[in-house]
Amino acid sequence: MTAVASRSSRAAVRVDRRGVITGLGAGGVAVFLGMIGMLVAFDGRNVIDPILSLGYAVLIGVFVVAGHRAAAREELEGVEFEPYGPYDVVSGAVAGIVGGAVVGGFILLIEAFDVREVFTNVSPALVDFLTLDSGLAVGLIAMALGGAVFGAVGAATHLLPARVKDSAISAVIWIFIIGFIELVIVDIVESFKFADFFEDFVYGDRRGLTVPAALLVGAGVFLLTWRFRGRVVAFRARIQVMPEEQRRKTGVVIALVLIALGAILPAVLGTFVNELLTIVGLFLLMGLGLNIVVGLAGILDLGYVAFFAVGAYTTAVLTSPLSPAFSPELTWFAALPFVIVFAAMAGVLVGTPVLRMRGDYLAIVTLGFGEIARILFLSDWFKGIFGGAQGIIQIPSVEIGPLTIKGTDPQQVFYLLLFFVVIVAYVSWRLQDSRIGRAWIAMREDEQVAEAMGVNTVTAKLLAFVIGAIMASFGGAIFAAKIGSIFPNSFQFLVSIIVLVLIIVGGMGSIPGVAVGAFVLVGVLGGPTSPGLLREFAEFKLLIYGTLLVYMMLKRPEGLLPSARRTRELHQEEYLQDAWIDAQEKEGHPEEDG
Amino acid sequence: MTTTTRRRPRTRLRFGFVDSFLWAVRIGAVAIIGVGLIGSIADTLSGEGISGGAWRDLVITGLSQGSMYGLIALGYSMVYGVLGFINFAHGEVFTAGAIVGFFVADALAEAGMWTDLPILAISIVMLTSITTATLVAVLVERIAYKPLRGAPRLIPLITSIGMSFFLQYAIRGLFGSNIKSYPQRPTALQGSVDLFGVPIGKAQLAVIVVAAVSMVSLYLFINRTKTGRAMRAVAEDKEIAALMGINVNRTIVTTFAVGGAMAGVAGTLWGLLFRQVFFFTGFLPGVKAFTAAVLGGIGNIVGAYLGGISLGLFESVGPNLILAPLGVPAVSQLKDVVAFTALVLVLIFKPTGLFGERLAVEDRA
Amino acid sequence: MSVNFKRLRGLVALVLALALVAAACGDDDSGDEDALGTVVVEEGDAIQIRTLQAISGAVESLGTDQNRGTQLAVQDYIAGNPDSKIARFGVDLGTFEDDLCSADGGTSGAQTIASQADVLGVIGTTCSSAGVPASQILSEAGMVLISGSNTAPNLTSDLEGNALDAWQPGYYRTAHNDLFQGRAVAEFAFNELGVRQAAAIHDGSPYADGLATAFANAFEDLGGTMTLYTAVNVGDADMVPVLTDIANSGPELVYFPIFQPEGDFIIQQAQDVEGLEDTIFFSADGLQGVEFLSIPETAGMYFSGPDLRFGDNTGFTGVNYTELVANYTDQFGEAPPQVFHAHTYDATMLLLDAIENVGVLDGGDLRVGRQALRDYLYAVTDFPGVTGSLSCDEFGDCGAQAIAIVHHLDPNDPAATIQNVVFSAAGR
Repeated sequence: MTAVASRSSRAAVRVDRRGVITGLGAGGVAVFLGMIGMLVAFDGRNVIDPILSLGYAVLIGVFVVAGHRAAAREELEGVEFEPYGPYDVVSGAVAGIVGGAVVGGFILLIEAFDVREVFTNVSPALVDFLTLDSGLAVGLIAMALGGAVFGAVGAATHLLPARVKDSAISAVIWIFIIGFIELVIVDIVESFKFADFFEDFVYGDRRGLTVPAALLVGAGVFLLTWRFRGRVVAFRARIQVMPEEQRRKTGVVIALVLIALGAILPAVLGTFVNELLTIVGLFLLMGLGLNIVVGLAGILDLGYVAFFAVGAYTTAVLTSPLSPAFSPELTWFAALPFVIVFAAMAGVLVGTPVLRMRGDYLAIVTLGFGEIARILFLSDWFKGIFGGAQGIIQIPSVEIGPLTIKGTDPQQVFYLLLFFVVIVAYVSWRLQDSRIGRAWIAMREDEQVAEAMGVNTVTAKLLAFVIGAIMASFGGAIFAAKIGSIFPNSFQFLVSIIVLVLIIVGGMGSIPGVAVGAFVLVGVLGGPTSPGLLREFAEFKLLIYGTLLVYMMLKRPEGLLPSARRTRELHQEEYLQDAWIDAQEKEGHPEEDG
Repeated sequence: MTTTTRRRPRTRLRFGFVDSFLWAVRIGAVAIIGVGLIGSIADTLSGEGISGGAWRDLVITGLSQGSMYGLIALGYSMVYGVLGFINFAHGEVFTAGAIVGFFVADALAEAGMWTDLPILAISIVMLTSITTATLVAVLVERIAYKPLRGAPRLIPLITSIGMSFFLQYAIRGLFGSNIKSYPQRPTALQGSVDLFGVPIGKAQLAVIVVAAVSMVSLYLFINRTKTGRAMRAVAEDKEIAALMGINVNRTIVTTFAVGGAMAGVAGTLWGLLFRQVFFFTGFLPGVKAFTAAVLGGIGNIVGAYLGGISLGLFESVGPNLILAPLGVPAVSQLKDVVAFTALVLVLIFKPTGLFGERLAVEDRA
Repeated sequence: MSVNFKRLRGLVALVLALALVAAACGDDDSGDEDALGTVVVEEGDAIQIRTLQAISGAVESLGTDQNRGTQLAVQDYIAGNPDSKIARFGVDLGTFEDDLCSADGGTSGAQTIASQADVLGVIGTTCSSAGVPASQILSEAGMVLISGSNTAPNLTSDLEGNALDAWQPGYYRTAHNDLFQGRAVAEFAFNELGVRQAAAIHDGSPYADGLATAFANAFEDLGGTMTLYTAVNVGDADMVPVLTDIANSGPELVYFPIFQPEGDFIIQQAQDVEGLEDTIFFSADGLQGVEFLSIPETAGMYFSGPDLRFGDNTGFTGVNYTELVANYTDQFGEAPPQVFHAHTYDATMLLLDAIENVGVLDGGDLRVGRQALRDYLYAVTDFPGVTGSLSCDEFGDCGAQAIAIVHHLDPNDPAATIQNVVFSAAGR
C-alpha cells in the first residue's frame, strides 16, 4: 500500500520538476533554432513529400527528445529499478506542453515587437512556420497540443520493449537517411533502365520520400531490425571476445573486401558520388597522416594543412606549363619524389623548433606555421614562384604510361586515390606495431620515461612529423592534379581543424575510425570548401559541426570506431567501477533493499 | 659497462642536430633583425624611409591593438592556468560582447545619447558588452567544460573548438552575416592630444588607458581579494585548494567570468577603435591573443597582458622595420607571418615565454 | 572462421554480379549528328538548365542575387513568348548548386551538374576562382556555361585576340572583362583626374589582385608611375601599417578594389595617417554597397564598376531595368542586394534564346545539339539585353563591357551615388 502511494507521490513530484525543466529547455532550443533561421530554411526540404518537411521534423524531434529525457531514469547497478508507467508518459506530455508554451510565448512576442533589425531571421516566414500557416490562435493551440502529443510519444518510447523501440527508431532514421542521400541513390540507379520510374516512385518533388516509399522503407527497416538485431549484437559481442590473432585476421579480410568494393564500385556509381568519394578520400589520406602525428605520437599539430599545401604547390610548380618561375613540366609521377623530399624537409623544418616545447605551446606554434605557410604561398613576395593570389593553373592530368588519369573524371581520380590510400593505410597499420610505433606510443604516454627506456625522442618526433608530412603531401599532389588549378584559399586553417576533428570523432589511433570519420564528417556534412551530401545544410554546416563535436566529446570521446586501447584510456573510471562491482558480487556482498 | 661508452656518440649526435639547428635559427634571426633594423634606421634618417612621426603612429596603433590582444589574452591565460587547456571559444566570447554592444550603441546613437553624453553612452555599451561576454563564457563553461573536468587534455580542447564553431555560427544565424558599424567616434575621442610633446590619437589613448586600468583592477582583484586568492590557489593546485575549503567549482566559474569580462571590455574598445564587427571578428584576434598569452608566459596574468602588447607592437612595426629594408614587397601582407615568427623565436630563445609561465602543479613538466 | 569466409565470398560475388548487371543495363547513345551530342527533351519533360553560384559563405548575397536574376529571366521569357518551344516544354532549374567561391567548390558543383546528362547549359559561376575548374569540367561535358559575374581576364582573352590560360570552349560571360575595367580606371585617373602617381592595394583574392594588376599595367602603359603595389590580408583590422607605407610612397591616388570589412578599416584609418590628406581613394563594386557608402569617411571616394545606368535598355522580352527591379522586389521581398542580377538575367536570356533557336522539334520531342548551341552563342550579335547590346566574341566575352565610374559625395544618400557617373567607358 504504502509502496504504491509513495511511488505515485514521488511520480507526481517528478512530473512537476523534471518535466517542466526539460520542457523549458526544449522550448528554448526550439526558439533558438527558429531564431537562427534553421527551421525556416529546413522547411524548404521535405522528409516525406507532401506531409512532413524537414523543418517540422526537427521541431517534432525536439519535443520527442524532450519527452524522452523528461521520463528517463538512470539504471544504476545494485539499485532496484522502477518500471516505466503511465506517469512517465504524463511527464513527457508535461515537458511537451511547457515547451510548446515557451514557443507560443515566443510567437506572441515576435508578433508584438518587430525585432528584425537585431535578429535578422525572425521574419514573418518564421511566424507562418510556427503557426502552421493558420493564424495565431490555431498556431498556439497546435503548438501546445502538438508539444504534448510528441512529448508523450517521446516518453512512451521507454514503455516499448527494447526490440520494438530499436526497430522503430531504426525505421525513422532510415526514412531520413534515404531522403537525404537522394542524390547518391539517383546517381547509382541512373545507369539502369528503370531509373526514371524509380525516381518518381521513391522521391517526391521537393526532395523527400513519397508516402508509399516512406511506408515501404519504414516497414522494411522495422522488420529487418526486428529480425536481425539479435544477430548483430551477438556478432559484435563475438568480435569483442575474439582473441587478438583472429580479430586481426577478420580485420584483414574486411579490409580486402572493402578494397575490392572500392575497386568495383566507381564503375557502378555515378559522377556525383565518385566526386564525393574523392573528396572523402583526400581527407582520409590526410587523416591517416595526422593520425600518426596526433594519434600515435601524441603531437598536437594544428598546422597540418601546411604539408598539404607543400605537396600541392610542389606538384603545381613542377608540372604546370604556366608555373611562373620555371616550368620543368615534369609528369606527375616524376614530380612525386620531389614532393616527398620537400614534404620531408617541411616536416623537419616544422618539427625541429617544436621538439622541446610542451604540448599546448606546440599546438599554437604549429598553428602559426600553418598560417605562415598559407600566407607565404599567397604573398606577393613569392609571387614569382607560387603565383600569389592568382595561384597556378593548367596543372596537367596524371599519366601512367599509356593511361591518363584525367583530373576532371572523378572515377579515375578515385582509383588513383584508392591506390595511395591503400598504401598509406598499410604503412600506418604496419607502423602501429613496429618498433617506431611502440616508441611513439611510449613517448605519448610519458616522454621522460620513454627517454629513460632508451627511446630517442628526437628522432621519433621528427619521424612522426616527416611521415605525416609525406602523407599529407600525397593528398596535396592528387588534389592539384584533380582540380587542375590551385589557389591559396584552399589551404585555410579550417582544413587543419577539420582533419583533426575527423580523426578524433572517427576514433583516434584507429585506421577504420579515421575512415568512418572521413565519411561521416566530410562526406555527409562537407569539407571547408567543398559541399557534402547534405547541400541544404550548407548554411548551418559549421554550426552542426560544432554541436556534433561538443556532443561527441561529452558522450563518446573515444570516437565512433575507436581502438580498444583508446576506449580503455578514456573510460578508465567506468571500467574500474565495473571491476569493483564485479568483485563485490563475487564476494557475496548483501545488496541493499531497493 | 661497454654500453655506456657506446651510448655517448649517439647522445652527442642527437643533441648536435637539434641544438645546431636552433642555434642556426637564433643566429639567423638576430642577423635578419639586425640588418633590417639598421636598414630601417638608415632609411628613416636619410628621409627615404618612413618618417619618425610615422613610426610613432605605428607604435601607438601597435600599442592599442596590443592592448586589446592583451585583454583577450587574460581570459586564455587564466583558463589555461586553472584547467590546463586552450579555450578556443574565447574569441567568440569577445565577438558576442562586441556585437551585442553594437546594438546598444546603435540604439544610443539614434537616441542622440552617443553624441550628447558620450561617456555615459560608452559606459552603458561597455556594461552591456561585459555582461554579455561574461554570460556567454559562463554558459560555455557549464555546458561544455564542466562535464569534462577530469578528461585528458585533448578532449576539452576539441570541445572548445566545437563550441567556437557553434558560437560563431549561432551569432551569424541570430544577427545575420552583414557587417555592423559602430557609430562614429564621439567628438571627444576624435583628433589627438599632446602627451609629453608626443601627439597621440585620443581614441588610441583611450583604448590603451582603459585596457591598462582594467588590467590593474584585475591584478588587484587577483592579488588582494579573497576570491582572487581562491583563484590563485585553485590555479596552483586544485586538490589542495579543495582540501583547504575553497569551492573549486565556484572559483572556476569565477575565472571564466572574469576572463569573459575582460573580453567584453575589449569588445567595446574594438567597437570604438575599429568600428566594424561581424560574426567572424573575434576569430583571428582570439588566435593571436592565445599566441600573446604563450608569448608572455602562460598562466601569468601580467605576462599575458604584456605579451599582448608585445604582439601588437611586433605586428604593427615588425613588417616595416625588419622586412621592408630587406626588399620584401607588400610587407603589410606578412603581418601575421611576423607575429607567428615572433612567437617561435621567443619560444626558441626563452621556452617559458617572455615573463615566465605559472602553471598548476599537475601541468608542470 | 570458415563461415565468415563463405559469407564474404558470397558478398563479393553479389557485388560483382551487380556490377555486371549495371554495365549491361547502361543507356546506349543514340546516333548523333552533332559533334558533341544531342540532348533530347521528351514530350512532357522540361528543358534542363542549372545554376552554379556562391549561395553560402561570405559572398552569399552575390550568388543568391544572381539566382533570382535567373529565375526572373525564365519567367519573363516564358511570359513574353508563350508560343515558343521553351514555353511549351518549360524550364527546370533543378537544385541551385553552390560554388563556394573556391576552386574545389566549383569543381564539385560542376561535377554534380556534369553527371546529369540532360543538362543543356549552366548559369554561373559567381567567383572566377570557381569558374576556372568549372568551365573546364562543363566544357568537357559538352555543356555551356554563362557567367554573369566572372570578371577575371584569364577566363577568356586579353581583349586583343589572344586566348588566355583558363579559356575553355563553351564558356561565356555577360559581365565585363577586368582588363577593360582596369584600363577604364587608369584612363580616368590619368586623363580626367590628372594623376601621374598611383598606388594599389589588393586583399589576396584572385579578383582583387587581378583587377589591381590590370589597373597598374594600364596606368603604366599610359605613362603613369605606380609608387606602390601592396596587399592586406582578409581578416586584418589594423590598416595603419599599410597606409603608412602608402603615405610614404606618396601617390596621388590609391586603388583598392577589395571588400568589407577591410575596405572599411582602410578608409576609416586613413584619416589618422599623416600624408594621406590629399590622396584620392578609389575602390570598385565590391565596396559599392549601402553599408559602406553610409560611412562618413567615404565621402569623396570614386568607385569603378559595371555601368548600372541601364536606362531604357530593354531586355529580350521588352522589360527594362526599372521594371526588372520592381519585379524583383515584389517577388523576393527586398531590393536587390547586389549588382549582377541584371547581367545574370541577360545571361539566362541568351541561353534560352539559343536553345529556342537551335532546338528542333521532332515529333513531340525537342532535339538540341550541343555544338550547335555553342556555335549559336559565339555568333550572337547585338542581342538586346537589359545591361546593353550584347555581342559575343570568339572567346566568350559577351558583355556590353560598359564600365562606369561614380563619385560618392554624400554618405547620407548612398543611392544617389550610383547615379553620379563621372566617367564611362564602353568597350562596344
